[in-house]
Amino acid sequence: MGPIGEDQFFFLMQGLKWTVLLAIVGFIGGGIFGILIALLRTSKNKVARTITAGYIGVFQGTPLLMQLFVVYYGVALLGIDVNAWIAVAVAFTLHASAFLGEIWRGSIEAVPKGQTEAANALGLHYVSRMKDVILPQALKISLPATIGFLVQLTKGTSLAAIVGFIELTRAGQIISNQTYRPLLVFGIVGAIYFIICWPLSHAGSRLEKRMAKAAR
Amino acid sequence: MRYTFDFGAVLDRAPELLWGSLGTVGLALAGMLLALVIGILGVVARSSKSEITRAAVIVFVEVVRNTPFLVQIFFIYFALPLMGIRLNPTVTAIIALGINGGAYAIEIIRGGIESVSRGQIEAGFALGLHKADVFRLIVLKPALRAIYPSLTSQFIMLTLTTSVCTSIAAYELTSAAQRIESDTFRSFEVYFTVTAIYLVISSLMMGLFALISRHYFNYPTR
Repeated sequence: MGPIGEDQFFFLMQGLKWTVLLAIVGFIGGGIFGILIALLRTSKNKVARTITAGYIGVFQGTPLLMQLFVVYYGVALLGIDVNAWIAVAVAFTLHASAFLGEIWRGSIEAVPKGQTEAANALGLHYVSRMKDVILPQALKISLPATIGFLVQLTKGTSLAAIVGFIELTRAGQIISNQTYRPLLVFGIVGAIYFIICWPLSHAGSRLEKRMAKAAR
Repeated sequence: MRYTFDFGAVLDRAPELLWGSLGTVGLALAGMLLALVIGILGVVARSSKSEITRAAVIVFVEVVRNTPFLVQIFFIYFALPLMGIRLNPTVTAIIALGINGGAYAIEIIRGGIESVSRGQIEAGFALGLHKADVFRLIVLKPALRAIYPSLTSQFIMLTLTTSVCTSIAAYELTSAAQRIESDTFRSFEVYFTVTAIYLVISSLMMGLFALISRHYFNYPTR
C-alpha cells in the first residue's frame, strides 16, 4: 500500500478542475441550446415541436454513457481531429440541452395563459413577449429543477472517466491503482463530489419549498 | 477521409446483444425490487422514535443523492470483499443499483405518504373502518397513486444507469458492447446500435408502466 500524500492530492485536484470545467461548459452550452429547444418545443410550428420532442425523447431514453460513446466516436468519424476534451464537452452539451429544454418547456407552459394573452393585447410581438414577459417568469418557476439538473450533470461528468477522460473519478481510479487504497481514495473522491453537490441540492430544495409556500 | 459504415460486423453478434439486453433488463428489475425494499424500510426507519435512526436515514439519502453512481459502485465493489463478502460483479451491481435507487425511493415514498391528509385518516376511523383497512384503502392506494409517476420515472433512470455497471464488468448490454467493440473495432456502429436498443428497452418500460397505471389507478378522485 502506498501513502496518499501531497502528490496524490494534487492529482485529484487537477481532476477536480476538469470535473468542474466540464460541468460548467455542459451547463452553459446546454443552457444556450436548451432555451432554443424549449422555444421550439412550445412554438406554433408542428414540425419544430415534433423534432424537438424526438430529440428530448432520445436523450432522456438512452444512458448518458452511451451518448458519450456515440458522440466521442461519432466526432472522430467526421474526420476532424478533435481532442477528447472537446468530444466529451460536446456530448455533455447535447445531453444538457435536451434535459434543460424539457425543464424549461414545462416552466414556459406553467406561466399562466393570461400573461400571453395580455402581452398580445398590448401588441407585443413574439420576441418581446418571450423576452420581457414569459421567460423571466418561466425562469423563476424553473429554478429548483434547473439547479437539480446541475447536480445531475456534475455527477454525470464522472462517466467521462469510462471514456478515458481524466477528471475527478478517473484520477481517483488511477491513484487507487497506484496506492491500493480504493476505499480511502473513493471515499475522498465521493466526499469532494458531495461538497460540490450538497449545497446545490440544498439550495434547490429550499427554493422549492419557499415557492410552494408562496403559491399556497 | 471517407468512412464506410459496417453494421454487418455488429449484427453478426446479435445473439450476444440479445443476451446483454436480457442482462440489462434483469439487472434493472432486480435493482428496482431492492430499491423498493430499501425505500419502504427507509421510510419506516425515518419515522422511528430513535433520533439516531432518523439521522442515519437522512445522511444515507443525502450522501447517495449527492455523489455519482460510478463512485458508489466502485466503493461498494471494493468494500464488500474487505467485509469478507465475495460476490460476482453482477450481484454487486444489483446491490449498488438498489442502494442508489433506494435513496431516491425513500424521498419519493415519504412525499407520497405525507400527501395523504390527516383528515382523511380520521374520517376513515370515524366511519368505523379497521386500522388495516384505513391503511390499505385510505393511505396506501392514494399514496401509491401519488408516487407512481415519480417512482416509475426513477425506475427508468435506474434502467439507464445499469450501463455504468460495465465499469465493474457486470453482465449487461454495455459490457457486451465493449467486448464486441474490442473484437471488431467498429466503435461507432456498436455504440449506435446499442444506444438504439436502450431506447427500445426504456420505451417499452415506459409503455408498460403507463399501462399498469391506467389499469390500477383508474378511479375518480372527486
